[in-house]
Amino acid sequence: MTAYDPVLIAHVREPNSYTLDFYLQHGGYDALKTALAKKPDEIIEIVKASGLRGRGGAGFPTGMKWQFVDKKIEPRYIVCNADESEPGTFKDHLLMERNPHLLIEGCAIGCYAIGAKVAYIYIRGEFFHVQGVLERAIDEAYAKGFLGRNILGSGFDCDVFVHRGAGAYEAGEETALLESLEGKRAQPRNKPPFPAVAGLYGKPSAVNNVETLCNVPVIVSKGVEWYTSVGPEKNGGPKLYCVSGHVRKPGVFEASMNVTLRELINDYAGGVREGRTLKAVIPGGSSVPILLPDQLDTRASFDDIQKAGSLLGSAAIVVLDDSTCMVWLAENLLHFYRHESCGKCTPCREGTDWLHKILQRIEHGEGQMRDLDLLQSISGNIGGKTLCAFGDAAVTPVLTTLKHFRHEYEAHIKEGRCTLPAPWRATHPVGAHA
Amino acid sequence: MSFHPKMAYGATFHKSARQLEDEGPPFAYTAENRARFEEIVKRYPAERRRSAVLPALYLAQYQQGYITANAIRHVAELLGITRADVEDVVSYYTMFYAKPVGKFVINVCRTLSCAINGAERVTEELCAKLSLKPGETDPTGTFTLMEVECLGACDRAPVVMVNDAWHECLAPEAATRLVDDLRARGEAALSGCHHVVERRRG
Repeated sequence: MTAYDPVLIAHVREPNSYTLDFYLQHGGYDALKTALAKKPDEIIEIVKASGLRGRGGAGFPTGMKWQFVDKKIEPRYIVCNADESEPGTFKDHLLMERNPHLLIEGCAIGCYAIGAKVAYIYIRGEFFHVQGVLERAIDEAYAKGFLGRNILGSGFDCDVFVHRGAGAYEAGEETALLESLEGKRAQPRNKPPFPAVAGLYGKPSAVNNVETLCNVPVIVSKGVEWYTSVGPEKNGGPKLYCVSGHVRKPGVFEASMNVTLRELINDYAGGVREGRTLKAVIPGGSSVPILLPDQLDTRASFDDIQKAGSLLGSAAIVVLDDSTCMVWLAENLLHFYRHESCGKCTPCREGTDWLHKILQRIEHGEGQMRDLDLLQSISGNIGGKTLCAFGDAAVTPVLTTLKHFRHEYEAHIKEGRCTLPAPWRATHPVGAHA
Repeated sequence: MSFHPKMAYGATFHKSARQLEDEGPPFAYTAENRARFEEIVKRYPAERRRSAVLPALYLAQYQQGYITANAIRHVAELLGITRADVEDVVSYYTMFYAKPVGKFVINVCRTLSCAINGAERVTEELCAKLSLKPGETDPTGTFTLMEVECLGACDRAPVVMVNDAWHECLAPEAATRLVDDLRARGEAALSGCHHVVERRRG
């Protein structure tokens, strides 16, 4: 295992890690003090030089995003995307629940850098308990003068508010999140204009993931040189990995992006369970292509995973052992996408419904060989034909399982049943036409 | 309307099937909720009161248990938007209920990481124990059973959310016990959401 000292989640297992006192004892809000002594442009330059890439999924450089924010128009906003809904992802959940002040500090520095006075943290509706933790932490920060008017005597004002969603995966897409924050359905906008030009209320906004903003205080206190020295070139800084599925010790693990998938699965998460072998790995949430066991020595960095044919996404590593039926897996995920499609673009709204129905009938032994071509053809009519990336995400589970596990689909159809039932699945599955 | 005999379009699912909310009893916020509402609305620019529609609806739902047409009217008036604007939001987000639900709404996560750790079995056990299908409420109004998509706690699978509280690592064999526990102790029966999974699993 590569030697690495965690910085983002170093103290999260300690009982009071979420309190302001604890945070201050561990150097909390020092980065805000350092930042306020510099000019806003300098902060943007520092973040740019650090090479920090967005941790939400796209990996876009954060410094660039902040630079693009139109500084001529007032007011401007920081919107923190805490809608963490990508299946397999739970890192922001841990950060907000156990280290909320790091996020608040990140929001304040972000606001200072782009000249915003308000940051909204949009959390998903299911994170009711997280809202409580965040709001208490925000109150503490106001009381000690880290938020509010004239912060630390610098003349800089900043408010942070928590806004709770109400159950919509699509709200994790940045423009859909802005729509939701404006009090509408979480449906994506046409781009351009990008949020940096016309975001929240049509004003210049930066939408950043929780983990991204949590990296900002770290960059400011530890410096660009340290930050870029952690991990491979262009993939610097600490990274949180969510490992779940068929492993002994699932959890959130912090490492540099030098870490390999094999290390994450075997050393950090304890490997697959007794008597089972690894069948496939989803390296970045349900929306990315599957990697196979012979690709485990790939470094878990944005660029390396992409070279291996997948995406790091939200670093949600779902480990699948040999008891997993890949047709069932595609059906399970398409149930998700069908349910979560926001309904704005026809190909996605209708197509995910059809994909799920076809997968369901194959899984229940009622499929025909021509269904496989139908799956390909429907997928081709969704991917790239929607306003947001949801369409591409939704067809990925179908295309990737068809590519690597076509024989399983064929076996289902030939034998007229699921050829790989598992004890952890429903004993009486609800059939396609039951 | 179906164009395919084996795939009845909309038989189980259709986004545009518009159901009108129950009219419900007359609705207005309690004084406490009204004060809370006024406080929330201040977080957004004065001309952007509409932003408060989700928190305003949560207040209504906590007060009355579900969202009625009268509640929608009240929220719309307070925010200065149309009833259609509010109804649009209510019908879109899954966490607002347009029909009365049980005292305990049990939401079982059904997405991949939970599913491969036994979530489907959890649902089966709960269905059998409660004599309910997902989406139904029992006649006494105590339990509503729902299947939901990824809750974002995949390391502690299978996860269920009961009302706003969480219960983690729910083995299928323990599901029926949880129901009895909920009856006896209410939400105190739930493990809550704590990051103690490493300790628990050794």
